[in-house]
Amino acid sequence: MSLLVTGSAIVAQQGDPLLFDVDLTAVGIVVGKVLVIFAFLLVATMFMVWFERKLISDMQNRIGPNLAGPFGILQTLADGIKFFFKEDLIPDRAQRRVFILAPFLSFVPAFLLFVVIPFGGDFNDGNAGVVTIFGRETFLQVADPPIGVLFILAMSSLAVYGAMLAGWSSGSKYPLLGSVRQSAQMISYEAAMGLAIIAVVVKTGSLSTHDIVVTQAGEGLGGILPNWGVLLTLGVPFVIFVIAATAELNRPPFDLVEAEQELVGGFHTEYSSIRFALFFLAEFMNTVTMSAIFVTLFLGGPAGPVLFGPGWLWGIIWFALKVFVFLFMFVWFRATLPRLRYDQLMDLGWKVLIPLSLGWILLLVALDLAQDQNWNLFAVGIGAAVVFFCAAMLLRAAVRSGQATRHTLEVPD
Amino acid sequence: MPAESETTMADTTTDADTDGQPGQDGHDVYGHHPGLTGEGAQEMAPENVTSAANRLRELGGVLRLSEAEAAALGARMTDDSPPASPDHDQTMLINMGPQHPSTHGVLRLMLELQGETVLRTKPILGYLHTGMEWTGEELTYLQGATNVTRMDYASPLFNELAFSMAVEKLLGVEVPERAVWIRMLMTEMNRISSHLLFLATNGMDLGAVSMMLYGWREREEVLRFFEKVTGLRMNHNYIRPGGVAADLPDGWRDDVLRLLEMIPPRLDEYDILMTGQPIWRNRLQGVGVISAAECLALGVSGPILRSTGYAWDLRRDEPYLAYEDLEFDVVVGSYGDCFDRYAIRLAEVRESIRLVHQILEAMPTGDYRVQDKKVTPPPRARIDESMEALIHHFKIFTEGFKVPEGEVYAAVESPRGELGCYIVSDGSSHPYRLHIRAPSFVNLQTLPHMMRGGLLADAVAVISSVDPIMGEVDR
Repeated sequence: MSLLVTGSAIVAQQGDPLLFDVDLTAVGIVVGKVLVIFAFLLVATMFMVWFERKLISDMQNRIGPNLAGPFGILQTLADGIKFFFKEDLIPDRAQRRVFILAPFLSFVPAFLLFVVIPFGGDFNDGNAGVVTIFGRETFLQVADPPIGVLFILAMSSLAVYGAMLAGWSSGSKYPLLGSVRQSAQMISYEAAMGLAIIAVVVKTGSLSTHDIVVTQAGEGLGGILPNWGVLLTLGVPFVIFVIAATAELNRPPFDLVEAEQELVGGFHTEYSSIRFALFFLAEFMNTVTMSAIFVTLFLGGPAGPVLFGPGWLWGIIWFALKVFVFLFMFVWFRATLPRLRYDQLMDLGWKVLIPLSLGWILLLVALDLAQDQNWNLFAVGIGAAVVFFCAAMLLRAAVRSGQATRHTLEVPD
Repeated sequence: MPAESETTMADTTTDADTDGQPGQDGHDVYGHHPGLTGEGAQEMAPENVTSAANRLRELGGVLRLSEAEAAALGARMTDDSPPASPDHDQTMLINMGPQHPSTHGVLRLMLELQGETVLRTKPILGYLHTGMEWTGEELTYLQGATNVTRMDYASPLFNELAFSMAVEKLLGVEVPERAVWIRMLMTEMNRISSHLLFLATNGMDLGAVSMMLYGWREREEVLRFFEKVTGLRMNHNYIRPGGVAADLPDGWRDDVLRLLEMIPPRLDEYDILMTGQPIWRNRLQGVGVISAAECLALGVSGPILRSTGYAWDLRRDEPYLAYEDLEFDVVVGSYGDCFDRYAIRLAEVRESIRLVHQILEAMPTGDYRVQDKKVTPPPRARIDESMEALIHHFKIFTEGFKVPEGEVYAAVESPRGELGCYIVSDGSSHPYRLHIRAPSFVNLQTLPHMMRGGLLADAVAVISSVDPIMGEVDR
C-alpha cells in the first residue's frame, strides 16, 4: 500500500507515536485526551439536542426553546436537572436488575465509540495528523487500535443490547414490541453498514481509523478533488452507509423502535426520570458519534487545507464543520420524511441495501484488480456495469413479484 | 398492562364467552381471563375463550353472508367448537387506547396480534360519553345548537346545520336566501378546516410530524375567520333554527379571498411533501382496503365510501341548502385504501375552495334570519321600544319557542359522511327525542375489517384514515 506512507516514517511503524515509549507524560496526555473527549461529547450532545429542537422548530414554523439561556441553549441542561428530580418508577413486572442496567448498556457504548475517531491534527504536507503536546508527538484521537473499524462495528452492535433489554425487561407489551423491532432492525442494517464500510477498507487498505484518514488526506483525482472515501468508493457505499446508519441510530424515518404513534414510546415507554434521560442522551450522543464516523470514513476526517495559523487547529475546525453537515442532515430527515413500516424497513435492508453493497464491493474490487493487472479499465468497467445491471433487474423483478398490489374495486350500482 | 390489574375488582361478567374455570387457562380466582378488565362484555376475549359464533361475528361474517345465514351458522356452532387456529397461544391481546397517541382521543381498541400482524380488532367506545343527546332533550330548541355543536368538534357548523334544518322542517319555516348562502359559505369553510385537520393528523400518525404543524397552521387561519364571524374558534352556535346568529361582519369578503388565495399553494406544498413521497405512498397504498359492498353493508358514508369508487355525496344526491345551484365534483377513489381516502380529502379541500368562490359570486343580500317573532329573538333596540318585543324576547329565552308535533330527519354531508339529525317533537319547546346520526360512529365499524391482516403500523394508518371524532362517536 504505497499510499499509506505519505512522507511520514512514523506511520510505517503503525499506531500512535505517543505509545512507542510510555511514561508518565504519555499517560497524562492520554488521560487528558479522554477528559477532553468526555467533555466534548457531553457538550456536543447538549448542543445537538438544542440544535435539533431549534432547527426543527424553524422548519415547522415554530419558535422552539427560547427561555433557558440565550436562544434557549441551556434548555437541555434544564431538562436534565428536571429529570434528576422526577420520580423514578420501576414497574412491578419489570426484571429489576436488567431494567436498571439497560440504560447504561446503551449509554456506555455511545461514549466508547468516540475513542477511535480522529478529531483533529494536521494532515497537510505529509504530516499524517501528528501534533506535538508537551514535547511528545501524538495523534488527536484517544486510541488508534489497528482494528479501529471493527471496534466501531462492535460498539454499535453492543448499543443494541441497551434498547433490547430495556424493552424486554419492562414487563409490558408495547416496549416488548419495540425491542423485538429493535433487534431485527439492528441485525439487518448492521450487515448493510458493515458492507458499506468494507468498501472503504478495501480502497484505503487499512482498518485503522487514523490510517483511513491519512489515505484520504492524499491527493485525489487530477490533484483538484480530495481523495475522500466518498469519491474513492464512487459514492454508492456512502449513500448506503447514510441510510443504514440512520436506521442503526433509530432516527426518522427509521425510528420504528420508538414510533410514538404506534408503540407509544417503544422500548422506553416504562422508563421515567434520569433513566429515560440516559436513553435520550445516548441516542443523541450516538447521532454525534455516527456523524463523526461518516466524516472519518467518507469525508476525510479532520483533513483539510490550512488557511492560516496552526495546522492542528484547522483539523479540528474541518472536523467540526463536516460533522455539523451530518447533524443537519439528520434533523432534516426528521422534519421531512414519514416513517417506514416494519416490513418495508426489512425489505429495504435485505432486498436493496445488502445486495447493492455486495455488488458494489465486487465492482470496486474488479476495478482495482484491473488496475493492478493492467487490463483495459474501460472494458472491465462496462462488463461490470452490465453484470451489475442484470443482477439488479433480476432482483427487482423478484421483489416486485412478491409485493402486494392494489386492485381496482368493483362498484355496485 | 395496567388493564390486567383491574381484573380483581371486576364485576361479575355476564358474557359467557369470558368466563372460564378458576386457575385454568390463566384465569384468575374469579374465573376472568387476565386479558380482560372490568369493561366486561364490550371487551375482546382471547381466541380460546371466544365462542365460534362470536368469532365469526368479529371476523366480519355478516359482511360476507346475509345476516340470516350468519345467524344460522352461528347457531350451529357451539361454544365447544375448537379454536379456529391451533396456535392461539402464540397471539397477544393488546390494548390500544383509550390513552394512546394515535387513537384520536379516547378511542379504545383491543387488538389480537400475532407478531405484529393484527388478527382481530374490537373498538370499545363510551369513554367520552356525556349524554349529549339526552341533554339535548332537556334544552329548548334555541339552546339546542349550543349542545350539538360540541359533538363533532372539528366540524361544529355541520352539527348546527343538521339540527337547525331538522327544527326548521318541523316548524315549516323558510330560511331567507342570504342565510342559506351564509350557511353554505360557513360549512364549506368548515369542511376545509376539518380536512386540514385530517391532513395534519394523518401526517402525524404516519410519522411526518412536520405535516401536523403545517396542517394546524392553515386550519388556524380558517378558524381565525370563524372567530371574526361567530366570535368563537370552535363550538360556534352560529347556525341556529331560523337562520344564522349574525350577519357576516364588514370585510368578510376580503378575509375569505385572502384564505382562498393562501390555501391552494399550501396544498401544492402538501403534494410535494406527502402525495409524491415514496415512503408516504408505500405506507398508504393498498392498506386498509374496503369494498363498496362492505361499506354499504355497514352503512358507511363520506370519504370512506367514496374511496371505494361509490359516488355518494348528499350535496349532490339529496341537495340541501342551495347546492343544486353550485357546480362541483364528487371526488371518488378506485382502490378503497388509505391513500385514496387521503387523496379524496385533499381533493375535497380544493373542491370546497371552488365552491366558496362560487358562493362569493352569488351571495345575495337580505335578511340573515327569519323575521318570525315566535322563532327569532327581536333586535336589542326593539326591546326598549316595544312591549310586544320584550315579551317575545322573554318568552323565547325562558320558555323557548314551541315546535309542532311530529318527527323529522334532516341530513347533511359532513366532512366525515352523512350527519343526520332526528327529532321527535311532542309540541313543547324542547325535543321529545333527539338523535344524531354521527358518521364517525358508523364509520368506526369498518376498523376491524380494514385492520385485519395488516400490521400494527397499518392499524394506525387505518384509524387515521377513518378520521373519527370521538365527541361525535360517544355523544
